[in-house]
Amino acid sequence: MSGGPPKGLPSTGPHSLLDMPHPLAGSSSEEAVGGDSTPSPDLLMARSFGDKDLILPNGGTPAGTSSPASSSSLLNRLQLDDDIDGETRDLFVTVDDPKKHVCTMETYITYRITTKSTRVEFDLPEYSVRRRYQDFDWLRNKLEESQPTHLIPPLPEKFVVKGVVDRFSEEFVETRRKALDKFLKRITDHPVLSFNEHFNVFLTAKDLNAYKRQGMALLSRVGESVKHVTGGYKLRSRPLEFAAIGDYLDTFALKLGTIDRIAQRIIKEEIEYLVELREYGPVYSTWSALEGELAEPLEGVSACIGNCSTALEELTDDMTEDFLPVLREYILYSDSMKSVLKKRDQVQAEYEAKLEAVALRKEDRPKVPADVEKCQDRMECFNADLKADMERWQSNKRQDFRQLLMGMADKNIQYYEKCLMAWESIIPLLQEKPEAKLAPIWGNEETTWCLFTTTVIGGQPGSQPRYFREDFFVLHPIAKHNIFSVRTSHFLIFFFFNCPDAFKKSVRQEEM
Amino acid sequence: MEQAPPDLERQWQPAPLEPLGHTDAGLQAAVGEEAEGSRDEVPGDGTMTENNFGLKKIEISVSEAEKRTGRNAMNMQETYTAYLIETRSVEHTDGQSVLTDSLWRRYSEFELLRNYLLVYYPHIVVPPLPEKRAEFVWHKLSADNMDPDFVERRRIGLENFLLRVASHPILCRDKIFYLFLTQEGNWKETVNETGFQLKADSRLKALNATFRVKNPDKRFTELKHYSDELQSVISHLLRVRARVADRLYGVYKVHGNYGRVFSEWSAIEKEMGDGLQSAGHHMDVYASSIDDILEDEEHYADQLKEYLFYAEALRAVCRKHELMQYDLEMAAQDLASKKQQCEELATGTVRTFSLKGMTTKLFGQETPEQREARIKVLEEQINEGEQQLKSKNLEGREFVKNAWADIERFKEQKNHDLKEALISYAVMQISMCKKGIQVWTNAKECFSKM
Repeated sequence: MSGGPPKGLPSTGPHSLLDMPHPLAGSSSEEAVGGDSTPSPDLLMARSFGDKDLILPNGGTPAGTSSPASSSSLLNRLQLDDDIDGETRDLFVTVDDPKKHVCTMETYITYRITTKSTRVEFDLPEYSVRRRYQDFDWLRNKLEESQPTHLIPPLPEKFVVKGVVDRFSEEFVETRRKALDKFLKRITDHPVLSFNEHFNVFLTAKDLNAYKRQGMALLSRVGESVKHVTGGYKLRSRPLEFAAIGDYLDTFALKLGTIDRIAQRIIKEEIEYLVELREYGPVYSTWSALEGELAEPLEGVSACIGNCSTALEELTDDMTEDFLPVLREYILYSDSMKSVLKKRDQVQAEYEAKLEAVALRKEDRPKVPADVEKCQDRMECFNADLKADMERWQSNKRQDFRQLLMGMADKNIQYYEKCLMAWESIIPLLQEKPEAKLAPIWGNEETTWCLFTTTVIGGQPGSQPRYFREDFFVLHPIAKHNIFSVRTSHFLIFFFFNCPDAFKKSVRQEEM
Repeated sequence: MEQAPPDLERQWQPAPLEPLGHTDAGLQAAVGEEAEGSRDEVPGDGTMTENNFGLKKIEISVSEAEKRTGRNAMNMQETYTAYLIETRSVEHTDGQSVLTDSLWRRYSEFELLRNYLLVYYPHIVVPPLPEKRAEFVWHKLSADNMDPDFVERRRIGLENFLLRVASHPILCRDKIFYLFLTQEGNWKETVNETGFQLKADSRLKALNATFRVKNPDKRFTELKHYSDELQSVISHLLRVRARVADRLYGVYKVHGNYGRVFSEWSAIEKEMGDGLQSAGHHMDVYASSIDDILEDEEHYADQLKEYLFYAEALRAVCRKHELMQYDLEMAAQDLASKKQQCEELATGTVRTFSLKGMTTKLFGQETPEQREARIKVLEEQINEGEQQLKSKNLEGREFVKNAWADIERFKEQKNHDLKEALISYAVMQISMCKKGIQVWTNAKECFSKM
């Protein structure tokens, strides 16, 4: 894993949750969260908080706005959330422990979701449930429906081409787990989304499917959320900041796409390089088998190239598992963000159209009708939510990419360091001169035969000095005629018969 | 390289020589006096006591290459490259070198010299020339003989060849070699006048001998086997290395694309912009660093190639031995059959089938006088044959002794040179790794500032 989890996204914190202050404690705004543990969309009320910037209608929120908090409390939360050290967090979610389930109909993977929270919305301080990808997908759809003014984080890709990628391979499952973990943590971090009812159920319910079925019935009531805004309204003029965001996202997605292609190309080239290296190293081994004095240096080079190959394989694996998925995720993210922007445009267009319609009718002039006001509200809410989310997104993006790219640099540095170490360690081996060190293991002055051993070719670099048969004969020409050697897998054992004293003496001298 | 201690534990290295390590001015080839010193160590080589041509310490360098045009044998215009060979003699007292000779030669003249040496010194492992045509190229390397990089590497290879010959204790004394360095005009004619081409063994004869020889010296058979395997493994190595170089080039160059896209991306970012931009610059540096790295590696490939071609030279010596041995065996066989014929004629028994026997049956017995005459002829032939056999035997033994001495010398040289080559290859790899670490560390720092 490159680096740890992104900064600011805690796993289970070490502090006791009860010690942590509630994020909104001490704020001038009133408690924005509803007291009920399972708020339904209808009950969520926007309150006026005396905030200067936003004036909300004195009526209730139109059904479907679903913001449990007004924009002002949102701003407050943003400020508090800038304390990245985790002290103010009261919700911790982790995804881990993937398990394979084999049923008659299908085989699938579930992940364990562990939740720890002091929030009142949670009945228990801790939950542990099992969810599969389908459930995450459902959650995301629900969030999009119920929080249409917010940017919902992306999920890893749903479909994998069967046969190309093994859905049950360790690497694939781990990559997916990390992405799902990231997804939940991003929601956890979000001051609005993290309080979403569906999110809560996702984290806590024993039987999610029952809840899902129930949810289907409510579909009609959730009704004309902004998602189903009547299309066809022409936008007069887009506020500059949203136009800028749109342009930015377009270019951003484009550049990311290019980077993704480059990264894939690099990995492909590296794999092809690896294939050649895996053929290159063993040729030195083959050569080594032909040689005497050169055998060890050549074998050393072969081993060295093998080590470099392994290091390269680790690099390509890391890049594939850690780098590419994050890039893809951000591309998906910016795609989903653009569709939210479009929705915003639609809301604005609707408002403008209604306003125009009113201006044309003469009767209601002094008073702005309620539904036009509702439209205006909707639009302004949307703008505020979106703006806040964009800022949050920008700051997260900056951190995420800093970490991602530093991680990429790190992996490359580690690769080169491994190779460097391998090559540096064989230099002494290559420079080594065969020395005349023998270890007599049996025999003395009186005996007429001695036994010597020495390690042979193929010994590990850096261990005992070794040398070869021809060298022995060159170095001890007296030995030439009275000796025979037996080669075992690690040693060359010399049996010397009729050992002349001069020879024995010379050997003793050398070993000293 | 310093002189080795004069004991049995080191075989004498002919001369301080680092052939492919140096590209510029020539290296000292200690000829003459230095080589005389080696006489003690190379056992029983009779030719060493011959007079050299008064060569003092000289330096040889192939310093320049020039494109020339001229007319070839068929009077057609051709372009070729000529190389400048400069010879300097080094004064003992003050170490100053004086330019004594300088002339231009082209590759074909080097070939001629080598072919001459091959014929007149069949017991010597004659140093090889650099390749005629570029082989084992990876795609960025040009296969064109006129390409400046190829010409430059060839220049180094030719210099290396001359230094190897000049530092060989036997070859350095050859007159034709001396003239090659000193006599520009007329050298070709001088070489051809030696008639060496006629003395050369035909390939067919050699091939025939290889198949039919019954009792070659075991060491030569092993050596031949070794040189075949060495050729095969080094060829394989060079081929794969070229592919590795190709792939490595691809990896580095693709990183250059990061430079461009980071730059474009940085234009739309506020705080991230600077970090991205400068990181992109480092990616460009990374991508362009591969050119120098691979150029250095070509050097290593050249060192391997030299020994690839040396394997052929080894084989040539083995072939010569087989040829001589086969000749010897044939002569012995011939002698034996003649002796038998003689015996048969003398005793009157016909054991073997012969034309004479047939015609005798058909046309009648020959007269005693005729028989006497034939026996006499045969006896003369047998005498001659025995003389020849004796001298061939002697020749053969001399050859084996001298050849094996040079082979031992070659083995030492090979082990030393290839070890050096491997060390320099490892050093190159280390340098490449360090550069990689540097670049990525710089990039990481830029990323951290995003």
